[in-house]
Order: sequence, then C-alpha cells, then structure tokens
Amino acid sequence: MAVAPTLSHYLVLGAILFAISMAGIFLNRKNVIILLMAIELMLLAVNMNFIAFSSFLGDMAGQVFVFFILTVAAAESAIGLAILVLLFRNVGSIDVEDMGKLKG
Amino acid sequence: MTFPIFLFYFFSAILVFAALRVVTARNPVHAVLWLVLAFFTAAAHWLTLRAEFLAIVLVLVYVGAVMVLFLFVVMMLDINFDNLRRQIRSYIPVGATVGALVLVEMALTLLGGRMGGATGAADTAGSAGNTAALGTLVYTQYVYPFEIAAVILLVAIIAAIALTHRTRRDSKYQKPGDQVKVRPRDRLRVLSMPSEKREP
Repeated sequence: MAVAPTLSHYLVLGAILFAISMAGIFLNRKNVIILLMAIELMLLAVNMNFIAFSSFLGDMAGQVFVFFILTVAAAESAIGLAILVLLFRNVGSIDVEDMGKLKG
Repeated sequence: MTFPIFLFYFFSAILVFAALRVVTARNPVHAVLWLVLAFFTAAAHWLTLRAEFLAIVLVLVYVGAVMVLFLFVVMMLDINFDNLRRQIRSYIPVGATVGALVLVEMALTLLGGRMGGATGAADTAGSAGNTAALGTLVYTQYVYPFEIAAVILLVAIIAAIALTHRTRRDSKYQKPGDQVKVRPRDRLRVLSMPSEKREP
C-alpha cells in the first residue's frame, strides 16, 4: 500500500461523486432545487479532478481553472435561483412538469 | 495504513455519504445542509492536496454565500415537497442504471493505465505559498480571463436583481424626471370666464 494517496485515488473519488450526482438528477427530476444542488455536486467532482491533477503534475493552471469554475458556478446558481423564485411566483410550483408554458 | 491514507479514506467516506444524502434526502433543507457538509469535506481534501487558497474560497464563498442563498430560497418558497417525491420510486432504476454506467465508464478510462506518468506529488507552491503563486498567475498570465470573470459576476448581479425585483403598486415614491419636466400649465389652469352677478 502506498504511503500517500495517489492521483488515481482522487480521480476515482471524483468519478464516484459525479456518478452520484448524475443518478441524483434522474432520481429528483421533478424538483428543480435538488437538480441545482446535483449540478453543484457535479462541479465539485470536476473541481476535485482539476485540483488533483494540478497538485500531482505540479502545474498551477488547474487551480486557476478551478478559480474560474467557482466564479461561473456562483453566477450560475444566483441566476438559477432567481429564475426559480420567478417561476414559483408565476406558476405556483417548482415541478419540472409544470414548466410547459412555452409549448406552442 | 499511513496517516495521509487514513485521512483520504476518512474524508472520502464522509464526502460520498453526504453526496448520497443530498440526492436522497426527503427534506430539501436537509439536502442543503448535507451539501454544506460535502463542501466542507471537499475543502479538507483540497487542503491535503495543498490548494489552500481554493479550499478557503470554497468554504467562504460556497458555504458562506451560495449555500446560504440556496437555504434562503428553500425556506422562503412554500412548496409541497411530498408532491414532488411521489413518483421517486419509479425513477430509481433508471437513475441507478445511469449512475452505474457513468461510474463504470470512468473506471474503465482510469484503469487503462494512462495516468502512470503522474505519480510524483510535485511541490506546486514553491517557497512563496499557494496563494501567492495563484495570485501571480491570475494577475499576469490569466489577467484577461480574470477580467471576464469579473464581468460575468457583474452580469449575474444585474440579472438576478432585474429578474426578481418588482415594484410595489401601492408604494408612493417620487419620480424626479417627471418633477423636473413639469410645466406651469400642467399644474395651474387659468380660466377666463365672465363675472357673474349674485342672485338677489
């Protein structure tokens, strides 16, 4: 057994996290809030891979990318929650099934 | 088992369990709190990978701002959550299948042996420290993407406010533009009418 966790340890952890959030999207496909949270979890898995590669390859560019991903994810969740509030105000539910208003 | 290995498995167990609870929790408030725990343990992982700045940013920005925003929205909206979970049992097979498929695909890729070159944990930070190294990169090589990220944040602020802001109909407020543009004849009307005699 290795003395310290290797790169594969972290990549497998990221893969498990990504798979859990992918399954979560299918499990909670009616609830938009849980969908947004599953997307956050996916981004966390990707960031984990980026940081693991950055640390093991000795290249800081991966951490810069994580920095930008965090920025964009914060913007995305803020706008997503704003749209969610607007949707609840107009439709009265956050069920994905009720979002067929734009259907022609 | 050495101490770094123990730390890795300890944090990984908490992280995977918290992630599972996020997608299976009955109450979305609990799901948000499990997500907070997941972010904390991920930050601990990043600390062991010597990405100190990003670990602290994850706790401060994500747990401190974004998760509080989630919690705020979940608690503010009066939603019947049991209604949304009614058919969850019928979604379990397809969800589990897709999750397992993704995991198997990633495992096949990872076990292909292409990651052999990246085993030595290089000292990324050098003597200056992780934060200084990241700051040097962000302000020299990546300064243009950095500016774009700032603009994206500004756009997000404006979009979120513009989407959710609504003017109250019953509130009384002044319109300075209309007040400046006003003309005397809008407010005062001079009538010329013949004088009348009082009836005796």
